Amino acid sequence: MEQFVKYTGLVAPLDRANVDTDQIIPKQFLKSIKRTGFGPNLFDEWRYLDEGFPGQDNEKRPKNPDFVLNKPRYQGASVLLTRRNFGCGSSREHAPWALMDFGFRAIIAPSYADIFYNNCFKNGLLPIVLPEATVDGLFKAEAANTDFQLTIDLANQQVITPDGQAIGFEIDEFRKHCLLNGLDEIGLTLQQGDAIREYESRRRAAEPWIFQEPQQQ
Amino acid sequence: MAGKTLYDKLWDAHLVTEREDGSALIYIDRQIIHEVTSPQAFEGLRLAGRQPWRSGASVATIDHNVPTTPFNNASDIVDDTSRIQVQTLQDNTRQFGITEYGIGDVRQGIVHVMAPEQGAVLPGMTVVCGDSHTSTNGALGCLAHGIGTSEVEHVLATQTLVAQKMKNMQVRVEGDLGPGVTAKDVVLHIIGVIGTAGGNGHAIEFAGSAIRSLSLEGRMTVCNMSIEAGARAGMVAVDDTTIDYVRGRPFAPKGADWDKAEAYWRGLVSDADAEFDTLIEIDAADIRPQVSWGTSPEMVVPVDGLLPDPADEADEVKRSGMERAYQYMGLKPGIKTSDIQLDRVFIGSCTNSRIEDLRAAAQVAKGHKKADSVKQVLVVPGSGLVKQQAEQEGLDKIFIEAGFEWRQPGCSMCLAMNPDRLQPGEHCASTSNRNFEGRQGNGGRTHLVSPAMAAAAAVAGHFVDIRDLAPADQTA
Ligand code: SF4
Repeated sequence: MEQFVKYTGLVAPLDRANVDTDQIIPKQFLKSIKRTGFGPNLFDEWRYLDEGFPGQDNEKRPKNPDFVLNKPRYQGASVLLTRRNFGCGSSREHAPWALMDFGFRAIIAPSYADIFYNNCFKNGLLPIVLPEATVDGLFKAEAANTDFQLTIDLANQQVITPDGQAIGFEIDEFRKHCLLNGLDEIGLTLQQGDAIREYESRRRAAEPWIFQEPQQQ
Repeated sequence: MAGKTLYDKLWDAHLVTEREDGSALIYIDRQIIHEVTSPQAFEGLRLAGRQPWRSGASVATIDHNVPTTPFNNASDIVDDTSRIQVQTLQDNTRQFGITEYGIGDVRQGIVHVMAPEQGAVLPGMTVVCGDSHTSTNGALGCLAHGIGTSEVEHVLATQTLVAQKMKNMQVRVEGDLGPGVTAKDVVLHIIGVIGTAGGNGHAIEFAGSAIRSLSLEGRMTVCNMSIEAGARAGMVAVDDTTIDYVRGRPFAPKGADWDKAEAYWRGLVSDADAEFDTLIEIDAADIRPQVSWGTSPEMVVPVDGLLPDPADEADEVKRSGMERAYQYMGLKPGIKTSDIQLDRVFIGSCTNSRIEDLRAAAQVAKGHKKADSVKQVLVVPGSGLVKQQAEQEGLDKIFIEAGFEWRQPGCSMCLAMNPDRLQPGEHCASTSNRNFEGRQGNGGRTHLVSPAMAAAAAVAGHFVDIRDLAPADQTA
């Protein structure tokens, strides 16, 4: 996993609440058996005027000129600014994969759906929670300035605006540690293999039925 | 010290280690695997040269994108990507020694229908699956929730999950449910009251006399939609209904183990003095049959109510959400639910595709025909075993005589990954759980209802109040 240290990027404003994962990456693209290549279909139903399906040449599809990510000023955006309850709906991890494949490294919103929030960390995408009023202020500041860039300093838990204002944010220590160091969670957990085995033998004695193996026939 | 909630007990029993920051490693007793969210997890294992920690803890089936018309081999699936996923699951389960109920196996079906049916999910377990409706299984008094693909890989490799303890919420529904009011109406009503973010960060325990009065299948319907109320996990405490449901299932303990298990399971209830972070109390008498009108599961009205006016909504974000929903749905505030003309009806999904759901729909459909204006009524049983049971009871004949289509088990039009889907602009009465934009097909318009309401709507061509039908047609 890529390390997330200090990062400055162009902000794209997606002024909608309750953006669900069906909208982030429509279900027809879930059929891939890979982890990459979802970026061109991020927000597919909003970005393109036709119906998307896997295997299309997305370059040739008619784009919706009104959709934020299609506007020239947001090309190369890597920080997504959005409204409350982002990532609700289906648990598909393709949503953070698509956001990252497109080029986003961080999201700023007042709140996220739980599963989506978890999935972001597992893939090195940073979901930042800021109060509703602060997010509103960022939307206004962005609207008033082209090329609005924010610096995200994960180590110090700060979002820094172009005029130097530092906005603090909260983040779970362990998740921060993993993001900062690009640590793979499975490897970390396997370091505790003895504790898992010990737990298993206790349970096996008390509740043997849990360990009954399924029968193929 | 206050007593423990059911969730506290399940959490404590599965704690392997706790970390200083409050996160924990919890042991996972059962993982359910399907073709869509698992390929990248297996790919990850292979890339890292890892093996499953305990392959016997997993059980797999195919559901999300299998066709619901008969087929014999993966190679019969026309859609390329669906076929590849079904084949990939077969290859992966074989390579890693995991049991799969695949094509042609009578046990194949929707993950959350198959697993409890087999007894692969038991009270007191922790259960995960790469599908957000895993909460369905919490009806058995276990901790069950959806996880993402990286977590599927993590559980495969370590049999544990890194988790944060959630907050405790109890939704207590007291009193008697009125005639025609089903488990689906109960949960839609709850979501209408607390909203789609109401349960965020919580594990919900559904309790109260109205929940107790539900069958185990009804409880599954309620727990199924926990995620639509914002909560990853929903659960119901163990009682006689739970024990009776589990007894005799293929994976259930037998003999002396059974007695020991039952004694343990009986303790899986919240202590009388347990404290909840959030308590919601609902009067069962307030619950009427529900219809969703918009593009979020909280946008519901009672069948005899009028569609709400966004102008009456004080919250600006909600108001614009409602306006957008009206535009998408092609509907106007103030109309009656019976004014909504339906193009298709879908009876199925992990919310409502069990035998009791099919019985309820069949009871309404019996002796009637679908309205001419309705193009298609799909009835999709949740598993091969549900299908078999329904056919033994003659339900398939009732549906076919009514002009409904009787299909093979799978997720089908719940998410339209297979050929079953809505055309743009079509309105569908659906027993599934999500009415998001495009969920049942690009531009499709979903209305969530109970199986009985869906069947009645199929016959009338529009929504009707199930309570107005002749008593013989009513289902409680
Ligand atoms: S029926 Fe629908 S909600 Fe249930 S598992 Fe299948 S796709 Fe998910």
